[in-house]
Amino acid sequence: MYAYDEIDRTLINERVSEFRDQVKRRLSGELTEDEFKMLRLQNGVYLQLHAYMFRIAIPYGTLSSAQLRRLAHVARRYDRGYGHFTTRQNIQFNWIKLAELPDALADLAEVGIHSMQTSGNNTRNVTSDQWAGVAPGEIEDPRIWSEVLRQYTTLHPEFSFLPRKFKFAITAHAHDRAAIKIHDIGLRLHKNEQSETGFEVLVGGGLGRTPFIAKTIRPFIHGRDILSYVEAIMRVYNRYGRRDNIYKARIKILVHELGIEKFAQEVEEEWQQIRDGALRLDDDTIEDIRSRFSYPTYEKLPHMPEELRKAAHDPLFERWRRNAVFPHKATGYSIVTISLKPVGGPPGDATADQMDALADLADKYSFGEIRVGHEQNLALPHVARRDLPELWKALDKIGLATPNVNLVSDIIACPGLDYCSLANARSIPIAQELTRRFANHDTANLIGRLHINISGCINACGHHHVGHIGILGVEKNGEEFYQITIGGRADEKAELGVLIGPAVPYNEVADVIEDIVEAYLALRATPDELFVDTVKRLGVEPFRERVYATR
Amino acid sequence: MPLVKGGKIQTDEYVHVADDAELPEAGAVLVSATRFLADPERVLRRREKVGVIWPNNRDVEDLVPYVERLALVALVFPSFRDGRAYSQARLLRERYFFRGELRATGQVLRDQFVFMLRAGFDAFEVKKQADAEAYAQTVKRYSVFYQPTGDGRVAAPFRRLQLRHSESAGL
Repeated sequence: MYAYDEIDRTLINERVSEFRDQVKRRLSGELTEDEFKMLRLQNGVYLQLHAYMFRIAIPYGTLSSAQLRRLAHVARRYDRGYGHFTTRQNIQFNWIKLAELPDALADLAEVGIHSMQTSGNNTRNVTSDQWAGVAPGEIEDPRIWSEVLRQYTTLHPEFSFLPRKFKFAITAHAHDRAAIKIHDIGLRLHKNEQSETGFEVLVGGGLGRTPFIAKTIRPFIHGRDILSYVEAIMRVYNRYGRRDNIYKARIKILVHELGIEKFAQEVEEEWQQIRDGALRLDDDTIEDIRSRFSYPTYEKLPHMPEELRKAAHDPLFERWRRNAVFPHKATGYSIVTISLKPVGGPPGDATADQMDALADLADKYSFGEIRVGHEQNLALPHVARRDLPELWKALDKIGLATPNVNLVSDIIACPGLDYCSLANARSIPIAQELTRRFANHDTANLIGRLHINISGCINACGHHHVGHIGILGVEKNGEEFYQITIGGRADEKAELGVLIGPAVPYNEVADVIEDIVEAYLALRATPDELFVDTVKRLGVEPFRERVYATR
Repeated sequence: MPLVKGGKIQTDEYVHVADDAELPEAGAVLVSATRFLADPERVLRRREKVGVIWPNNRDVEDLVPYVERLALVALVFPSFRDGRAYSQARLLRERYFFRGELRATGQVLRDQFVFMLRAGFDAFEVKKQADAEAYAQTVKRYSVFYQPTGDGRVAAPFRRLQLRHSESAGL
C-alpha cells in the first residue's frame, strides 16, 4: 500500500474545497451548465440517463480495507447500496445527488481516495497489473512507477485541457494483465542489457470507433527519464492533436495520421529539449516514493498445508480453488480472485454489504489489502494457503465465490442503455442471459478460458474489440442489434476481433454465442487449445458458416 | 472584460489596434499576429510597448526572434476546453525566456487561474467580473503542486526531500 503524506492529503483536501465551491456556484446559477460540465467531469461526475454518475479512481487497482469500507459507506449513504467496478480500476455510483457530492468526496478524502480526473479531457487514472507486487516473475513492483505517474499527471497545469481523454497503463510482467496495448500510453517495465530498469513505451492504442493497437515508440527509456519522455509525448499531442472533431481527437489518430516514425521524431526533438530538466528523476526521489509503499511480512509457510490437504476432498472447494486461486511469489501464499460475475448478475457490481464483508476478510486473511482488476473482478493479494478453505466458506456466504474466473461467464460489460446516455443498446441483460446459458460449471470448464466483452455502443467501454468474443450494441431502425466479433485479445498479444457477419437482433445474441462456442468445441485441435487460438488457426470462416447457415 | 494583473483589476494600458487601422502616434499597442508578422520591424520601431495576440494554432517558435522586444504576448483560449495555449505559455517562458507580460485572453474563468499561473501567465483578461474580483482568493486554492514547471513554485518531490532532510537533521 502507498501511504499518503501531508502533501498528498493537503492536495486532495484542497481539491474537495474547490469542488464544493464549484457546486455551490452551479446551484446558485453563477456557473452555466456548460461551464460547470467541464469542472464536474474533471471530478468524475457524469450526467447519465437517470441521474448523476460518480466515478472514483482506484489508482493501479490497490485498495486498503479502510478504503473499501469507505466506498461501501458512500454506496449506502449517498447512493442505492451498491457500486459498479469498471474496466479501468474505477468504481462508479449511479444515483448520486449533485448537492451531496462534495460531502461524498470529503468522506473519501479522509481515506486518501478521490475522483480527480476520472473523466474529462485529461489524464485519467493510471492503471496497472492487479497482481502487482505479488505475481511471481515480475521485474519489479510497477505501482512505484504508477504512483510516480499518478502524481505527475494529477492537476498537471499544461495537460488538463487536452484534445481528448488520455489513459496510461503499466505492466511489469511478461504476461500483460493491464491491457497496455489498448491505452494512449502503455508502459512495459523491463531491464536493458546493463540491467538498468526502464520502459518500453507504446503509444496510440485505444478502442472506440477507430480502434488501434498501440505501437512501440521507444523500446527502452531509462526510469529516470520517464517523466520527461511522457511530457514530450503529451506536449506534442496537446499542440498538434486534432480538436476539430471529437472522434478524431485521441492521440491514436495523431499517431496514425503522422505515422509512428514521424510522430516518434517529433517526440524525440521535444524530449531532447527537456530531458535534462527538472523532470529527471533522481534516485532519492524514486526511493522516497518507494519508501511509502508498505509490504506485508510473510510468514514461512508450507506450500501444501494440512488444511488444504483436508479440504481437497470437498469437490466444491476444489472447484473454486482450481478456478480462483493463483500462484504467489511467496511460498505458502496465494492470490485469490473474487468473481463479481454471479449467475444472472450485472458484471462488476458489488453491494455495500459485500464490500464491508470483503474488507473484513481482507483484514483477516490478506493483510488488509484488496485489488481491483480491469476484468471487473476483485482480488485478495496475500492469502496464506492454509486459510483458503475458511476464506472460501466466508466468500461463499456473501455470494463472492462464483468459480467462473476467466471462463465464458466472466463477462466484461459496460453499463449500456440501462444507465448510459450514450448507449444504443443494453449490455447488462445480454451479460445476464449469457451467465444463465453457461451457468453449468462443468460445461464452462470444458470450454476453458474465453473472454466475452460487451459494449452498448461504439465508444467501446466494454472493450468489445478485444474480447475473445466481442458483442457491440448498435441501433437499427429503432431496434437493438448486436455485431459479433471473434479473435480479439487485450494481453501481450493484443489483437482486434474480426466481425463474423451481419448484426443480429437482441433476442438472438445468446443463441449465436452458444453456436460459436459449440463450433469451437467441435473445431479445436485439442482440449487445451483455447478459443482464441482456434480462431487464430482457422480464421473466422468456419464460425461464420456455423452461425449464419441457419439464419 | 476586466484585466487582472499583479493580482489586481487594472486598466489596460494597451490599445487594441485593428489590422486595417493606423498605428497611433503614441502609447502601448496590441496587434494581431498577422499584422505583426507582415512587418515586425515597422511595429517594433515605434519605441513604445508592443504586444501581439498570438493564436493557439500557430507555433510560438515564429515569435522567438522578437521575444526580447515584445512587451506583451496575449495567448488565446477560444474555449476554456482548448488547452493549447498552456503549452505555448510554458514554451515562451521556459524555453524562449520571454520575460514580458503573458496575458490569457478569450474564455478565461476563475477555475483556470491556478493552471494558468503555473504555466507562466501573469495577466488575465477575465470573462466575468465576479471571477476577476475573486482572483486573489481563487489563486490561493492550492498550496501544493506535484509537477515542476517554470513558475518557481516548489514541486512536491523536492519539497518532500527537503522535509526529509530537515527531519533527519533534527530541525
